[in-house]
Amino acid sequence: MEETKPTLFKITFDGIEVEVEPGTTIMQAARKIAEADRSNDALVPPAMCYYEPLKGTGGKCRACLVKVTQGSAKDTRPMPKLVPSCITQVQDGMVVENTTNPAVLEARKGVVEFLLINHPLDCPVCDQAGECHLQDFAYEHGAAKTRYEEERRTFDRHDLGPYIQLHMTRCILCYRCVFTADQITNKRVHGVMHRGDAAEISTYIEKAIDNDFSGNVIDVCPVGALTDKTYRFKNRVWFTKPVDAHRDCPTCSGNVTLWYRGEEVIRVTARKNEWGEVKEFICNTCRFEKKNTSDWTIEGPTKVLRSSVISANKYRADLVKKPDFALKLADSQYKPIEDSREFVTDQDKIRQLSIENNDKANHRSQLAEKN
Amino acid sequence: MAKKILTEYINVPGIDTFEVYRKHGGYTAVEKALKTMTPEEVVEEAKKSGVRGRGGAGFPMGMKWSFLAKPEGVPRYLVCNADESEPGTFKDHYLMKMIPHLLIEGMIVSSFALGANKSFIYVRGELMYVIRILERAIEEAKEKGFLGKNILGTGYDLELVVQPGGGAYICGEETALLESLEGKRGNPRNKPPFPAIKGLYQSPTVVNNVESISNMPWIINNGGDAYAAIGVGRSTGTKLISASGHIRKPGVYEIELGVSVDEFLNSDEYCGGVRDGHYLKALVAGGSSVPILPAHLITKTANGEDRLMTYESLSDGGFATGTMLGSGGFIVFDETSCIVRNTWNFSRFYHHESCGQCSPCREGTGWMEKVLHRLEHGHGSMHDIDLLVDISKKIEGNTICPLGDAAAWPVASAIRHFREEFEWHVTHPQEATRPGAVYMGSAALV
Amino acid sequence: MTEAPNTVAFTPERLAKAKEIIARYPEGRQKSALLPLLHLAQEQWGWVSPEVMDYVADLLSILPIEVYEVATFYTMFHLDPVGKHVIEYCRTGPCCLMGGEDVYGYLREKLGVEAGQTTADGKFTVKEVECLAACGWGPVFQIREKYYMNLTRERVDEIIDELSK
Repeated sequence: MEETKPTLFKITFDGIEVEVEPGTTIMQAARKIAEADRSNDALVPPAMCYYEPLKGTGGKCRACLVKVTQGSAKDTRPMPKLVPSCITQVQDGMVVENTTNPAVLEARKGVVEFLLINHPLDCPVCDQAGECHLQDFAYEHGAAKTRYEEERRTFDRHDLGPYIQLHMTRCILCYRCVFTADQITNKRVHGVMHRGDAAEISTYIEKAIDNDFSGNVIDVCPVGALTDKTYRFKNRVWFTKPVDAHRDCPTCSGNVTLWYRGEEVIRVTARKNEWGEVKEFICNTCRFEKKNTSDWTIEGPTKVLRSSVISANKYRADLVKKPDFALKLADSQYKPIEDSREFVTDQDKIRQLSIENNDKANHRSQLAEKN
Repeated sequence: MAKKILTEYINVPGIDTFEVYRKHGGYTAVEKALKTMTPEEVVEEAKKSGVRGRGGAGFPMGMKWSFLAKPEGVPRYLVCNADESEPGTFKDHYLMKMIPHLLIEGMIVSSFALGANKSFIYVRGELMYVIRILERAIEEAKEKGFLGKNILGTGYDLELVVQPGGGAYICGEETALLESLEGKRGNPRNKPPFPAIKGLYQSPTVVNNVESISNMPWIINNGGDAYAAIGVGRSTGTKLISASGHIRKPGVYEIELGVSVDEFLNSDEYCGGVRDGHYLKALVAGGSSVPILPAHLITKTANGEDRLMTYESLSDGGFATGTMLGSGGFIVFDETSCIVRNTWNFSRFYHHESCGQCSPCREGTGWMEKVLHRLEHGHGSMHDIDLLVDISKKIEGNTICPLGDAAAWPVASAIRHFREEFEWHVTHPQEATRPGAVYMGSAALV
Repeated sequence: MTEAPNTVAFTPERLAKAKEIIARYPEGRQKSALLPLLHLAQEQWGWVSPEVMDYVADLLSILPIEVYEVATFYTMFHLDPVGKHVIEYCRTGPCCLMGGEDVYGYLREKLGVEAGQTTADGKFTVKEVECLAACGWGPVFQIREKYYMNLTRERVDEIIDELSK
């Protein structure tokens, strides 16, 4: 084979050296470090708006800000401000600080707080809970209490049709769904209306988002703003079992993940990589219409990250196999999780639960303040 | 009398017509530049003049021009930023409505320098009447052969388009302005790439303020060196200052950079002093975004030197005791002004004008406004004051565009210099909410 | 009956103007004409309804959603019907220093409406806006293209009386 090896850029990220191709972003370089050694996963800057499969995403949420302490080997000056790692390209000899820089951690804590002040914190009734990037982000980088005492923002409800449920109060305005509609569907009918903190995802006039690939906005949404109506309140993600499967689909690749509860397929999603990004976008027929095992060729259990809540069930006493001490520990500590609660589907009830929960959240934060 | 570059003929009756403007030396710079100079020579004069961006950032215009990429076969654009929306600033509004041909002449010369054949003047939509004045002036210039194809037989073509905005302060930020000009929401772009590489329609673009461009005819006629001879140090030339608030003579004044703040504020040539029977409490020197200064830091710097109306002198002492010249929005507050109320007012402005793209600004500006509203209305607590400082710090420097900084600075500086007044609102909520009541015990008043 | 969507159209003069505006921009960049066309539309209908936005989208060969996104971003476009005269007063700092709050309070009281509302007779809509770039001449409000500056209670009386005729 011909040697057309490009000159690689050497950069230092949190003290770890890595060689990457020119044009690589700091975020991609950090992911490369983690892919080589999974113990470095925690070094990767969080991405709330950036989404590698979608062109033009990134730079908005400011969750991934990092400090460049040396611009390049040639220009060793530091960059004056923190930079978004998702869209900042590396230079040869660049030195980047992420988890090793206090200013970065402080700014990130600020971003968590900003994203949460108007968030309803209705995780108990939110279908995204357990696979929500905002939950992870808040858990890993945020403070345990809120300093926000004002009323939280609300929006008028918009119905996006039979498949997609919009909860605007949960939205963090990452714009991913807008890019998705632009890039993989032929006619975008939703977008961001208004501006500032009144900005909202909407179709403006009541209109369903209706085309073969519209369901993908659910998969790209980092929070519970866009969820699957056919899966609504069906279950909690940690009670479900993901299985890779495929079918011969005339519209898309047909490669999906089926989410089982017992013997029943309760949800179909695209397959995602370890960064939570869709590998191949799937069509609405696969996603919403094919919910029988007989529709699919099963490939096997989906590989789940150890950090995922889905893997929580592996600690269930009755599932733990070896060694003995683990069995004993599980027996004493973990109870099989049973979900025999009735499903709430009544809209008013859900709304009321959401409000109550919000009040509780505010109350809890006040208590925390006092303590 | 101080040197006047922009406003010498501004009060001549009929100066908004081509005839009268021409009679007073108008369009000679176009003749000189297009007929006797190369574009590079025009850029060189701009560089020599040292004229700095008059929209607020103060970046040297000639240098900005020299960054413009010039790939073969790709059009280049000049866009004039006339989206003037910074509270306290109304100089471009005044200049364009009074003497529209000055900007047009500047645009022709500057477009020629940059090799642009289609240039835009983006005017805030509220100034529709000014847009009509400009459009009429452009028609006149076109009739007289100063615009259009083959200008003055030199072979240079230029078309000028006046573009209205739609009501958005953020479009004064140059990349938001370009987005808006492309018919999109005014969301600022992430930089790099800078407009000089990828600007309007992904082509190399220069964006300059109205006042900056309006200096060009004089610079061409008299030379960059003559311009640089006016002013002090790196603050060359003259500057339009929009004076408002509690002064005897509000209005737009052209000053030579280097006039002392004391003279500008108190002499009859300019503001004429604080209105009768009142005294100075605070000053915002460069538009609402810049830090507010208390009385004792206005005419003198912290070192006791006279403070001058220059980029350097106004920022002397950094943010601890200084401020910025910014866009030259000179807002004077006398002792009847409530700093907390004003800070809330400015904060509401930034909340209203945030585009909502990035989280610190979208959420932070609203949060600050709500806390300030609470403080102003007697429902604040002491820790709210520190909370505000902390929020402002978490916004500052962490946003896509400078609106985040612009929202953070007024709040942080007001608390820095007038903390007692904020605390008084907490400790004396009933007095603080009485209409017209103002805290009088501040050390800053002495 | 309200106007059906397919009957929304510019007057011949405005349509000619719209075509002229679209031609200003480079080939394929006709979307740049969006803000000018929305202004033109508001001039004709007083506000921009979804039907009008769809019409503008059609003229520019862009998606309707692109128009909705833009029209809702900029504050000058009225997304709901308004009164005959829309009074947009500046509520920002410098105007308030010059007594704006008092004058605007008087204006609202005189018309019996709050900001954002329209009088019962449909004559006046009062809107709060941010800085109008006339700080030295405040308090200021704007009615359509005209600026009214250095306002006092007396000036407000004169202006409203004049417009009420």
